[in-house]
Amino acid sequence: MSSSQPRPPSQPASASFLNGLLAAFKSVFFYVLLGNYIGISALAYEFGFSLTWMVFCTVLIWAAPAQVILISTLTTATLLEVALAVGLSSARFLPMVAALIPTLKAEHTRQTHLLLPSHLTAISVWVEGMRMLPQLPREQRISFYNGLGTGLLSAAVLGSLIGYALAARLPPVLATTLLFFTPMAILMSSARNNQTLIDRLAFGLGLVVGPLLAAQKVKLDLMWTGFIAGTAAYAVHRLREAMR
Amino acid sequence: MSFAMEPYLALLLIGFLPSEAWRWLGMLVGRGLDENSEIILWVRAVATALVAAVVARITLFPPGALAAVPVEVRLAALGLGFLAFVIFRRSAFAGVIVGEAVLIGGAAALAQ
Repeated sequence: MSSSQPRPPSQPASASFLNGLLAAFKSVFFYVLLGNYIGISALAYEFGFSLTWMVFCTVLIWAAPAQVILISTLTTATLLEVALAVGLSSARFLPMVAALIPTLKAEHTRQTHLLLPSHLTAISVWVEGMRMLPQLPREQRISFYNGLGTGLLSAAVLGSLIGYALAARLPPVLATTLLFFTPMAILMSSARNNQTLIDRLAFGLGLVVGPLLAAQKVKLDLMWTGFIAGTAAYAVHRLREAMR
Repeated sequence: MSFAMEPYLALLLIGFLPSEAWRWLGMLVGRGLDENSEIILWVRAVATALVAAVVARITLFPPGALAAVPVEVRLAALGLGFLAFVIFRRSAFAGVIVGEAVLIGGAAALAQ
């Protein structure tokens, strides 16, 4: 396999993976996810799920909003309702992964090598990855992203363990506010990431259109917000290009 | 039949599958896109707007017990946290710490 490659990678995949792990530990999201998952697992404890279940839930779903929905509705709603709510909340992964793949893959990347990075994609990993990947040689990107995702996912697992250890003793106010770590970190990291007009506009419009649609109880409000605000931002970008 | 189902089977069928399917679809869509194409700019704008909508939704329509913290406190936490982020040379750490302090302080003060 190595003989067919035109040029050897400048560093082995394990080194890129390690760099990704280190980037995860340096990211604000590592600590934010730790706090956030302490909050979520306190919720799971309250609803009577075991620690093992909570760890599987985190590793398999790896999406905080979907996990909160699953944990808090599994005991009360019908299975179809729960599946639908989980599916709607995770629809954001479609455009996120679609935008990630072209940055991630090299010329001869196999489809199967994209499965793990796709699974590891969560907002935190995506936001950090989209900023860091373009600075890396193409052949290192998948291993780096896998390291980054594994590092951030391990923060969530660690948070789940701590959450169960503390659950009975955690003051409710603290458990509650831990859930708020995530939106704050997303807001700030995105502000740091979004350097182009189109990205800034898309983010700003999303902040405004999102609540408007949610207040109207529009079905699939997140998807519609992405579509409307994203398309508007893109249209402004095209207009500006045309006027140059 | 709601909770009679094995919790792990439920996790796989109504937790993992409905969520993971979107990642698989994203893979299929993304495979055909060129990094320097116009359409990828649009897809990225859609994804970015979606991420913003998640922030707005958790702040204004929060999950679980977070709803017990008044919306004014939640908005103040987000706003002051962002201000700290800007003041402290775009440090996300500073912003998150200040925002969380405002949220805990505000919630505790109102709980009394």
